[in-house]
Amino acid sequence: MAEHVILSPEDIRRSLSRIAHEIVESNPTLDDLVLVGMRTRGVPLAARLAQRIADFEGRAVPVGALDIGLYRDDISYLDLKPQLKPTEIPTDIAGKRVVLVDDVLFTGRSIRAALDALIDFGRPQHIQLAVLVDRGHRELPIRADYVGKNIPTARQEDVQVFLDETDGRDAVVVLSTEP
Amino acid sequence: MANKDSVAIRGGRILDPGRGVDLVGDVLIREGRIAAVGPGVAAEAGRIIDATGLIVCPGLVDIHCHLRDPGFEHKETIETGTRAAARGGFTTVCCMPNTEPPIDSRAGVEYILRTAAAQGVVRVLPIGCITRGRQGKELAEMGDLAEAGAVAFSDDGSPVADGALMRHALEYASAFALPVIEHCEELSLSHEGVMHEGWVANRLGLRGIPAAAEEAAVARNIALAEFSGTHLHVAHVSTAGSVEFVRAAKKRGIQVTAEVTPHHLALTDEAVMLAASVLSEVEGADGSVGLYYDTNAKVNPPLRPATDVQACIAGLADGTIDAIATDHAPHAIEDKLCEFDLAAFGISGLETALALCLTLTEVGAHGHAPVQLPVLIERLTAGPVRALGLARFVPGLGSLAEGAPGDVLVFDPDAEWVVEPERFASKGKNTPLAGRTLRGRVVATVYGGKVVYQA
Amino acid sequence: MVQRATRGKAAEEVRPPEGVDIPTWERRHVLDLDDFSRREMEQVMETADAMKEVLGREIRRVPTLRGTIVATLFYETSTRTRSSFELAAKALGADVVSVAAGASSVQKGESLVDSARTLQAIGADILVMRHRHSGAPYLVAGHVDISVINAGDGWHAHPTQALLDAYTIQQHLGDLRGKKVVIVGDILHSRVARSNIWGLTTMGVQVVLCGPPTLLPWGLRTDHRGNENRALPPVEVDTNLERAIEGADVVMALRLQLERQQAGLLPSLREYMRLYRVDEERLARAKPSVLVMHPGPVNEGIELSPAVAHGARSVIEEQVTNGVAVRMALLYLLAKGR
Repeated sequence: MAEHVILSPEDIRRSLSRIAHEIVESNPTLDDLVLVGMRTRGVPLAARLAQRIADFEGRAVPVGALDIGLYRDDISYLDLKPQLKPTEIPTDIAGKRVVLVDDVLFTGRSIRAALDALIDFGRPQHIQLAVLVDRGHRELPIRADYVGKNIPTARQEDVQVFLDETDGRDAVVVLSTEP
Repeated sequence: MANKDSVAIRGGRILDPGRGVDLVGDVLIREGRIAAVGPGVAAEAGRIIDATGLIVCPGLVDIHCHLRDPGFEHKETIETGTRAAARGGFTTVCCMPNTEPPIDSRAGVEYILRTAAAQGVVRVLPIGCITRGRQGKELAEMGDLAEAGAVAFSDDGSPVADGALMRHALEYASAFALPVIEHCEELSLSHEGVMHEGWVANRLGLRGIPAAAEEAAVARNIALAEFSGTHLHVAHVSTAGSVEFVRAAKKRGIQVTAEVTPHHLALTDEAVMLAASVLSEVEGADGSVGLYYDTNAKVNPPLRPATDVQACIAGLADGTIDAIATDHAPHAIEDKLCEFDLAAFGISGLETALALCLTLTEVGAHGHAPVQLPVLIERLTAGPVRALGLARFVPGLGSLAEGAPGDVLVFDPDAEWVVEPERFASKGKNTPLAGRTLRGRVVATVYGGKVVYQA
Repeated sequence: MVQRATRGKAAEEVRPPEGVDIPTWERRHVLDLDDFSRREMEQVMETADAMKEVLGREIRRVPTLRGTIVATLFYETSTRTRSSFELAAKALGADVVSVAAGASSVQKGESLVDSARTLQAIGADILVMRHRHSGAPYLVAGHVDISVINAGDGWHAHPTQALLDAYTIQQHLGDLRGKKVVIVGDILHSRVARSNIWGLTTMGVQVVLCGPPTLLPWGLRTDHRGNENRALPPVEVDTNLERAIEGADVVMALRLQLERQQAGLLPSLREYMRLYRVDEERLARAKPSVLVMHPGPVNEGIELSPAVAHGARSVIEEQVTNGVAVRMALLYLLAKGR
């Protein structure tokens, strides 16, 4: 397996800063904003975004963690199921503006599951999507509002995001079977 | 000039332990009786069986089996049961009277004898009930039963629970010089139990039958036999305590004999918990193979732990136990394919008996000393005949004496075979040995000079 | 046969999602805890955490097992366990078919195996069964292709109860290793006790069994003829409750069936209560943080004094809530890909 680095730690830092600014610009107020990271790597990304926003707006935005294990549409095809973790959203999301945060946007099925999960929690006023990487190959009509980087990929390639909080380093790599 | 009505069995190792015979040679059967035994005696014969490298012994005698006929013909008939016997090397079986109706009258005994003569493949000797209807309340007409041809009395399946009635039964039976065969079970102690009360029952959450249920009854019955001075035969002994009681009783000169089943000599209560195919591999209950609840291992008396098995083997070897008897108990599929608590008790044993018994000639998994082959054969031939005194009904039975019935078994002690119940001649496919590889295979069974089974 | 609508993709084409932790769960049935590893138990409990969060929401439902049919086949009446399974199945969006075998074809003589196979033929994916005869679920599991969950068989096992008990203890006391759990009562006839013995010892708990000698299983004591005790994992046994309860982290009282006196196992309920009822005085000998548990239903005043049953140390009601979460976890883990 060959590993090809697409985003360096510096690239990631810049992308997140830009996304944080874009979120602030696009939302009329921060009062009703909630960042919800999708497990697993969306969670530290959401935390980092909240930190950025706090840095330049001086405002703390609540951060939650969403587990979509119970909403996946591929459950019935998987004999082995993902380990579930509880969803933790520290505030009521009814009427709020939620920004879903994930590391890689691919087929869009995870996002669809996340939308179902969020709506089961309450009725947000507005849901937006921020992703670090969009690699194309959508199977559902889903699009991201904020994208760190667009990376065209072949279907059988694997895009892997590594984050310091979960993996000990920051990098976005494409894994392919060709050297 | 070969006599057409003669059979020669040549070149085998001839074991007639009842008469101390152990030699290589021939057996000649003429007109349905043993004509000669020795090297080179069967130079010519109408039918020749080559027994080179094989064992030749008297046809086995099973003094305890259930033919289910009349009344439970879906489980077995006299015809299928005797065919199973022949396949297992048995030329004489004594059938228990717990049929429907039970054999508690002359008519019942005559039915057995008549049906066996017409459809039976080997000799059938009927056992009559001790009590009317096997109800345990009143004595059956033992005189009538004896005259009709019953060779012993038993309520087997059930004990005679009432001590006073058992005492009277022992006394009354003595008038006909026939033994009382007692299924020793103290019902209040075994009440609703389904397997031996020990760690396996605890593990499986099944109600247990304590060893004391058998031993208390054995003790009572031996005391009554001593008191009445009559012959008591203890059916299917299974615990160390029971063997001890019988041993002590014999030492005191009490007229008691005993039998043990092949499964009580070779299997433990762990057979209930594990599938037969893994029994030999797994040492203990570490849970790795998964529980099985094998209803085919559900039997009464239940399979016991290794210490009891060892005691039974020792009792067999030293003569405390006179005979091996199969307690062949065939059942229909639906009687066993159900919850363990609800399953019928019994193992279909005629066709695996010999091979199971032969395992005793090796050093045991549980460390017992090997039982010598002649001793083993004695307990399957002369021993049972002696225990029930059957020679007075059939002179020479269980031996190869000149003039004895031409009942001979030829078997290969080393041949390995896999137990496939669906190929049993018995209608009862209920055996915990399904899929197991056994050593020791019947090659030919001769009954009255006729080959009734050949592999 | 019910025709299932075929789905778009074959199972082999779907790759597990990237970066998601997929632990191995290879168990097809849950019949007893005797062969559960520590890791498997932890996996169930971690999954139950997520399920408990769902049960804490306003709308206690997720679409995970939509299209899955869970059948309950109960040969013993049981309101609490059956409703617990039904709620668990419904919370996951599954459909439930309940057969109360007393009222059904069983009385017409249909065998257990046939009844189970009928439910399989109707389309059940998971069969939850309770039966008064030990070993019944093993018989069924050997004759069907679907998953079987044992909701209690005779005296033998009640694995989901033991899982929820371990889960409840862990929620309060954290790591179970080295904790002392005393199980009091009719151990002999208790499937809850047996499954808990397996489950708790696997998690490293020191288990003490306490009850009158006639209600302690034979196989716990060494056969006087020298057969090893291999019935169950090593546990301590004491017939004296004051001594057994000393320093306990958890006291688990078992339900006493009132017929035991008739069977000659107990002289009287009065004596049982005098010697084995968990009251405040006895409880004071346990750790101050002690948990009081009971699988239910509680015989008011007999196994536990009312003060203890309803007191601050009692977690009996939590056991019930946790039961739904744990059963949801098992249904989730057992639901097969199609």
